[in-house]
Amino acid sequence: MYDTQVTERAVDSKKIKFQCRNVQVYYGSTHAIKDVNVDIEDKTVTAFIGPSGCGKSTFLRCLNRMNDTIDSCRVEGDINLDGKNIYDHDVDPVQLRAKVGMVFQKPNPFPKSIYDNVAYGPKIHGMARNKAELDEIVEKSLRRAALWDEVKDRLDTPGTGLSGGQQQRLCIARAVATAPEVLLMDEPCSALDPIATAQVEELIDELKQRYSVVIVTHSMQQAARVSQRTAFFHLGDLVEFDDTDTIFTNPHDPRTESYISGRIG
Amino acid sequence: MSVALLFGLVIVLACVGYLIGRYRAIASVGGDMRGLHSLPSFYGWHVFLFTTVPSLLFLALWLLAQPLVLERSLSEFFPSDRFDSPTERTLLLADVRRVAEGLDKAVDQGILTESRAVSLRTEFGSVRDRLAEAGVALGSDVTPEVLRAAQDYRKRSAAGAVIRTALTLLIAGAGFAFSIYATGPALRARSRVETVILVLLALASTVAILTTVGIVLSMLSESLRFFSMYPWQDFFFGLTWSPNFRGNSELGLLPLLWGTLYISLVAMIVAVPLGLFTAIYLAEYAGPRTRSVVKPMIEVIAGIPTVVFGLFALVTVGPFLRDAFAEPLGLGSSASSVMTAGIVIGILNIPFVSSLSDDIINAVPQAMRDGSYGLGATKSETVRQVLLPAALPGIVGAILLAGSRAIGETMIVTMGAGAAARLDLNPFEAMTTITVKIVSQLTGDTEFDSPETLVAFALGMTLFVITLGLNILALAIVRRYREQYE
Repeated sequence: MYDTQVTERAVDSKKIKFQCRNVQVYYGSTHAIKDVNVDIEDKTVTAFIGPSGCGKSTFLRCLNRMNDTIDSCRVEGDINLDGKNIYDHDVDPVQLRAKVGMVFQKPNPFPKSIYDNVAYGPKIHGMARNKAELDEIVEKSLRRAALWDEVKDRLDTPGTGLSGGQQQRLCIARAVATAPEVLLMDEPCSALDPIATAQVEELIDELKQRYSVVIVTHSMQQAARVSQRTAFFHLGDLVEFDDTDTIFTNPHDPRTESYISGRIG
Repeated sequence: MSVALLFGLVIVLACVGYLIGRYRAIASVGGDMRGLHSLPSFYGWHVFLFTTVPSLLFLALWLLAQPLVLERSLSEFFPSDRFDSPTERTLLLADVRRVAEGLDKAVDQGILTESRAVSLRTEFGSVRDRLAEAGVALGSDVTPEVLRAAQDYRKRSAAGAVIRTALTLLIAGAGFAFSIYATGPALRARSRVETVILVLLALASTVAILTTVGIVLSMLSESLRFFSMYPWQDFFFGLTWSPNFRGNSELGLLPLLWGTLYISLVAMIVAVPLGLFTAIYLAEYAGPRTRSVVKPMIEVIAGIPTVVFGLFALVTVGPFLRDAFAEPLGLGSSASSVMTAGIVIGILNIPFVSSLSDDIINAVPQAMRDGSYGLGATKSETVRQVLLPAALPGIVGAILLAGSRAIGETMIVTMGAGAAARLDLNPFEAMTTITVKIVSQLTGDTEFDSPETLVAFALGMTLFVITLGLNILALAIVRRYREQYE
């Protein structure tokens, strides 16, 4: 109930969705994320950039507790979603992941029909009372992922039979279908060709009308094109976090400047 | 020359060939290996394979064909219309071969000279005694006719051995000479070796197929003999199984088939859920340390001989089931029962289901799990809706393997379910299976010419058809429900 009130109030003002304070992540004895403080706003695209291995994906996976599936991983500090620490004991990671959806680097549709792929989340969370409602959710999600027109006549064919770009949009539709509040995207375009990338980017721009989107990307052009806020990670440190325009035109930290101008990374 | 010596000779020649081929290849480019098409060892292997493969293939074919040819020439001595039954003739031919072997041995041991062995006649004393000296015992004294046939047999097989040796060496030598002659910088030895390897691998796969065909054919011919003596309607639809070696047997398949299917069903009801749950636990829930202990421990079960399981069924499971269930429930007082055998076979099959399924579930890409967890699915939802469908073909294969083992299991049934052929629904009643009856019909002093023994082949054939049918069914299921990932 608390959550729904928050989303209703958040319609007109940019609200802080995720508030992260002093986040530390360890893999065994490796200190992968060092003291990161980030505020992620609602209805905004936030980009995480940085060289490979800098911890941006790790940090992204902390936001929906996907790191819980890795035994050696340990998270410290506060990550608050709408003021509630998601690592508190009374938070169910399964519920959290329905609220904080995720799209992965490589398109990973289930080996099921297109329909079943999208209906998977709504079904397990009991979001539809009957088949008609489920059909509606599936159609709405596919439309939102700009895939409906391409697949509406073959919803019962396997999702794995689609092209790479279509598969990734199917995965986005699948994530959108559970009505998340935040959408995490881990390099969603790295396995796609430029045309499919453009489609996905266009989609991200539309998604930000409703959701808070966090995207990890290796492409600085992509970060500049789609995001409003950008965080630059380097060796587990959050070096700089600011408006995207500021980061790309007037960075404060010399490391940021070196990275965006191609000298490190 | 003995076959082993011949084989050794060809291998030695091939090894020499390897060295020469390698040396010639290096010499042909003046020691600069970059000028060769292939690495020097490939030229060596080229010679080696050309020397061994054709000659040894020829040798193998000859060894297969020679007994058949000799058999035919022997038949000329003994026309088949002279005998009352084919068995009598087979026995006589076996006698001839024994005498021929005996003569060979006698010559080897110096009891007879080669010329005496050839000219030996029954008129000048007992051949049987002479051969007994050489350690070959004969059932009856040798008739002049058998002796003559045996001497002829010896002559022919000796001639065969000479021709065999000569031709094998000739072929090996030709391959050797040809491949050494061909060795040079331009020879694509690497590609040729690759081709030979391809052919060898393909041949290896045909052996299994040909064996299966051979098994089916031999079973089929004996089964047809059975059906010429016993009406097939009575076999397939008969409700009674009571073989009687004095004749007048009732050989109805249905009680045995029912026992087989009933026991296998119980076994699968035990093995499939337990095995599958074990696999899911090991693959998805257990930590690496638990897994490294539990998995090998479960696999130990697969290594226990079935006869030991039979003992377990006989002394532990059977009496327990009888005391705890059968007698209180009024379902009989037999320790041997369908339940006993079924449960023990089921336990035996757990590792087959669990180990294979575990590997298959593990092989499902991590991306599938991530995708499911990322949507807020729990572990069991992920297993049920994503992992199991993706792993289905392999799991069905594992279950099928377990099913075939359950159907083919003999020892545990003998000890756990008894040997009484019965059509009954009561799972605490003793029953028996097709395999047990195959064994009991063929053991003991029996001849292969009565329906009571030949029925074993018809039973075997039926079993084969059942398992084949199960395989086809499983393939169809897999094709229908498969969810294929990348």
